[in-house]
Amino acid sequence: MQKILIIGATSAIAEATARRWAARGDALFLVARDATRLDASAADLRVRGAASVACQVMDATDLDAHAAMLDAALAGLGGLDVALIAHGTLPEQKACEASVEETLAAIAVNGTSVVALATLIGNLLEQQKSGVLAVIGSVAGDRGRQSNYVYGTAKGMVDIFMQGLRHRLAKSGAQALTIKPGFVDTPMTSNFPKGALWAQPDDIARGIVQAVDARRDVAYLPGFWRLIMLVIRHIPEKIFKKTSL
Amino acid sequence: MALNAWGRLPVAPAARELRRSERAAPLPAVDGSLLAFGNGRSYGDVCLNSGGTLLATRGCDRFIDFRVEADGSATLACDAGVLLADIIDVFLPRGWFLPVTPGTRFVTVGGAIANDVHGKNHHRAGSFGNHLRACELLRSDGSRRRCAPDENAELFAATIGGLGLTGLIVSAEIALRRVDSAALTVENTRFHGLDEFFALNAAAEAAHEYAVAWIDCLARRPRGIFMAADHAPAGCVAKAPGAARRAPFTPPLSPLNKLTLAAFNAAYYHKPLPAHATTHLLPYFYPLDGILDWNRLYGKRGFYQYQCVVPRSAASAIDEMLRAIAASGQGSLLAVLKTFGNVASPGLLSFPMPGITLALDFPERGAATAALFARLDAIVAAAGGRLYPAKDARMPAALFGAGYPRLEEFSRHVDPKFSSNFWRRVSAALPA
Repeated sequence: MQKILIIGATSAIAEATARRWAARGDALFLVARDATRLDASAADLRVRGAASVACQVMDATDLDAHAAMLDAALAGLGGLDVALIAHGTLPEQKACEASVEETLAAIAVNGTSVVALATLIGNLLEQQKSGVLAVIGSVAGDRGRQSNYVYGTAKGMVDIFMQGLRHRLAKSGAQALTIKPGFVDTPMTSNFPKGALWAQPDDIARGIVQAVDARRDVAYLPGFWRLIMLVIRHIPEKIFKKTSL
Repeated sequence: MALNAWGRLPVAPAARELRRSERAAPLPAVDGSLLAFGNGRSYGDVCLNSGGTLLATRGCDRFIDFRVEADGSATLACDAGVLLADIIDVFLPRGWFLPVTPGTRFVTVGGAIANDVHGKNHHRAGSFGNHLRACELLRSDGSRRRCAPDENAELFAATIGGLGLTGLIVSAEIALRRVDSAALTVENTRFHGLDEFFALNAAAEAAHEYAVAWIDCLARRPRGIFMAADHAPAGCVAKAPGAARRAPFTPPLSPLNKLTLAAFNAAYYHKPLPAHATTHLLPYFYPLDGILDWNRLYGKRGFYQYQCVVPRSAASAIDEMLRAIAASGQGSLLAVLKTFGNVASPGLLSFPMPGITLALDFPERGAATAALFARLDAIVAAAGGRLYPAKDARMPAALFGAGYPRLEEFSRHVDPKFSSNFWRRVSAALPA
């Protein structure tokens, strides 16, 4: 049985991942903004076989609440083996371009709050010399694109931060894992037309559970995105600027 | 891609799709009618709402509670968007199974209630509605009504087999049954002619929990394989089937034609068949779930399923229908023959009634298919039978009205904001 903290636990990817952990009999501590949705998810995970499920309501952008939440999770779980940071929003690029406020708010949710949480959790894992911190980044963080670079900026920040944290934790025996999902069919992306590249939340969840078990460094999910992003990262700017990506 | 039913017949115009992911969410304030869309496994148009809104419920798929009572009975409470497959995945390893299951596990609990699905144990257990302890309905007036045999009992009866028309089924409490293993002991018997089927069936109903027959509807004289089964005792181990395969593409013309079907059916009939076998329950209950999207094999024009039930006293009607089908040269891979027992469902529009049920697939071939259906309809009507709305895309309103004597009583419970292509098509049978 693993002791697992999930922040952003009501996101579709986090919930699908939690179901897989619950089926294995792990103990879960769920954190999200909406108490009703948290309770519904907690009840579901109990029926699915979780050893225990506790919940805490928290807005991840309320940075002052992080330390108390982590204390509560440690006390509730009696330790920490895995932490998954999964909260996020998909900001509307056009709205961000028209508003500094929107841009910074999007970066606060998807970037700064993640960095703040990863700092606290990273320190804890380093101290206990064990455990995995998994953070959901995005393929959008691999290269700035006109269609979603504000979201990409925040996810890129998380990517670099996790690289550094991974480097630092390497000596301690703790692990920092960056998950980079491609297009996922979730409520967050409900307004997008879906094509062949789209994955279901449970496909991503399966990959997350495996990547945590295998203590991987970076997991593109599904795996073919590693190749796609390798190509996209290496397109020269001169050509890239002519695309509509 | 627009939501469609399992038969993949063309739909126009498409409905607007709104996804639900929380059972606490209210109904959307939209113009036009509403209808729940679960996993799209009903064949015809009971799950379609052209020009209106479909509330896609698959995102509402959370378990709520599981209780085992002192007497050993168990109740599972869950969202209506939970698949029967999810329930099996979670509960079969713990020794619990569905008390009634249809021929695919990829249906939602809400869909199982709304179509009051039945299984191969109807002669013992009745239909899904017989094992529904309660459900919560979200009505368009904003009210949430818990419906149970002793609470809003009339609405409960209307909702079972109510085709999603009595409001949105949000959650349900269903009974689960204990099983000692995931294995079944199966007895297979080849038969020739309907008399042999009825003799086998009478003996099997007395002795076995599950009974069903596959028949070769293209043979000159009906022949088939009768499959009776029971849950195996503890300690019996059977290997679970491998991962499902997917039909890779939709062929422009259906490869299922008179020649290939006749060849397939003959091969299936003559395949080596153990008289006694122990198998995992999945391939017995869900023979086609191993091929995802098998419905695409019927080609781009789509297909119909025709399922009727006629009273036992009208057994000759089955023979008449099989002759009509064989004569037409149209017919299906999976023709199924089974009898329904006397356990009555609470549902006002429930399909099962004591009698014999026959189910067949037919690729859409325009006028020829329509002519065959008209002939079959006449036989069903003369026998005092009825067709299954979950499979239907074309039955005349008059046949529906004649087959479902409680239709008018049912119609009083229909939520004024809810409708479906099926309902608009058949409610003409109601007195104005």
